[in-house]
Amino acid sequence: MNKLVTEVLQGSVRAMARLITLVENEDPCSLEYLGAIYPHTGNAHVLGITGSPGTGKSTLTDRITTALRRRAQSVGIIAVDPSSPFTGGALLGDRIRMQRASGDSEVFIRSMATRGNLGGLARTTADVVKIMDAFGKDWIIVETVGVGQDEVDIVRTADTTIVVLAPGLGDTIQSMKAGVMEIADLYAVNKADRSGAEALLTEVKLRVEQDAEIKKTLWQAPVLKTVALDDQGTESLLDAVVSHRNFLKQSGNFEIVRREKAREETLSLLKEEISRTMVEKILGNGRFEALIDDIVAFRKDPYTSVQEIVGTIFPDSE
Amino acid sequence: MAGKKRIKVIMAKPGLDGHDRGAKLLARVFAEAGMEVVYTGLRQTPELIVDTALQEDADVVGLSSLSGVHNYFFPRVVELLRGKGLDDVLVVGGGIIPEEDVPGLKDSGVAAIFGPGTRTEDIVKFIEKEVRTQ
Ligand code: B12
Ligand SMILES: Nc1nc2c(ncn2[C@@H]2O[C@H](COP(=O)(O)OP(=O)(O)OP(=O)(O)O)[C@@H](O)[C@H]2O)c(=O)[nH]1
Ligand SMILES: [Mg+2]
Repeated sequence: MNKLVTEVLQGSVRAMARLITLVENEDPCSLEYLGAIYPHTGNAHVLGITGSPGTGKSTLTDRITTALRRRAQSVGIIAVDPSSPFTGGALLGDRIRMQRASGDSEVFIRSMATRGNLGGLARTTADVVKIMDAFGKDWIIVETVGVGQDEVDIVRTADTTIVVLAPGLGDTIQSMKAGVMEIADLYAVNKADRSGAEALLTEVKLRVEQDAEIKKTLWQAPVLKTVALDDQGTESLLDAVVSHRNFLKQSGNFEIVRREKAREETLSLLKEEISRTMVEKILGNGRFEALIDDIVAFRKDPYTSVQEIVGTIFPDSE
Repeated sequence: MAGKKRIKVIMAKPGLDGHDRGAKLLARVFAEAGMEVVYTGLRQTPELIVDTALQEDADVVGLSSLSGVHNYFFPRVVELLRGKGLDDVLVVGGGIIPEEDVPGLKDSGVAAIFGPGTRTEDIVKFIEKEVRTQ
């Protein structure tokens, strides 16, 4: 097996950091490395932390991590922040709020920039989760970028997702009607020391009760109050996360969800690989430019042409 | 699959020095230049800075000091980095650092020191030129 992968499996922090970089950079070797990593994954519980900008996701991540450490669990953290669409650069600031967790040798924190990906995570965040999992972290916490409504990639990556809300940030049900509210396994109403927290709590609880009436689900998302700044409510929040994990395991949902995720992931890798290799071939044989000439001159149309090309690659696909 | 290597910088304030304007400014300047910058915040021990560099697989560690602690902290960070096998991490420093201290810092492994009034483009250029390639 590859030396770097072996070192990661043996617990080398430096090797893990290097491997994450290769995967993040989509280095040509990274697929091979991830293939070698895969059999060693599946042991960590992956906790997603999402919510609007500034609600306290990083601070809460820090406190949950210290609570997990009190329970003798090892933790990997992936903190995602947006890249600038203009310069490609990024300011990765989540770590500033994770001062308690950093400095603990059983905690590994990695900041990631989205590098143009839109779903609230980087394209390779799920792969980095796998690396930390194979390394042996018991828990992996993924903090998304501060999200609006559509950035819900986290559900495909996390086993349990906490949506963090806070008063005074325009976090009302009106502003969060689509997307984000649907993905919560738990709600944390953070900054409960601020005015407006009670009202927000009531509003979210009501919403959860309404949801339960509209569609019957086996799990009803608990709504908890936290003051991450003062480490209040962290233990109860973690207890609720653990309850959700137990629910997943006992209800058999865990296996169902894992299968769904494996299916989705494999399918999307397949699509990418097919499109990459096929397009490479098609562009390589030189006839493509001639076809474009025909299309520009209206001798052919793009719709039929594409069907014809696909037909020659997969002759029996009809 | 295109390799998407970007320069990753840790911007750190060692010790109790609270002057963070320069560090924050540079964090922004580096991000504008297309780098990925982790700002650690104030009051970092050399151990914390090096742990961060290790976990983040940093290409560059930037140290900012305006309170006269550079002669202890900067060499200590370099020493700990090298102790963890992070030999190719570029260490640069800045802030209020007397001219006569610069040779000693360079001997200890700090690649360059940039004082007040340095054009930030020059700092960016220096990093782009000196940073490791792999
Ligand atoms: C603003 C300021 C403050 C502000 C700080 C606000 C803040 N959040 O940053 C306040 C008022 C809080 C403050 C407080 C104090 N200050 Co004061 N402060 C200054 C002042 C006037 C400007 C510093 C500044 O922000 N410059 C602007 C930034 C952008 O410049 P810069 O940091 O130098 O960065 C540039 C370069 O140095 C370089 N650079 C900097 N860092 C890095 C890092 C890397 C990696 C690289 C590549 C480059 C680089 O690039 C930047 C761009 O060119 C300086 C005097 C001066 N002219 O420098 C005194 C000064 C730094 N302060 C001083 C002192 C003594 C204090 C206090 C101890 C005063 C007191 N007795 O209370 C306190 C201590 C506070 C603390 N907890 O540490 C002294 C330090 C003396 C020394 N080193 O021996 C100075 C030099 C004033 C003086 N002449 O006496 N201060
Ligand atoms: N009053 C109060 N402030 C808090 C609480 N939790 C976090 N904060 C503050 O809220 C601000 C934002 O906290 P972060 O943890 O950085 O929030 P975030 O959601 O990670 O922010 P982004 O990653 O930028 O979206 C910081 O100034 C925190 O100190 C809390 O419980 N009460
Ligand atoms: Mg954050």
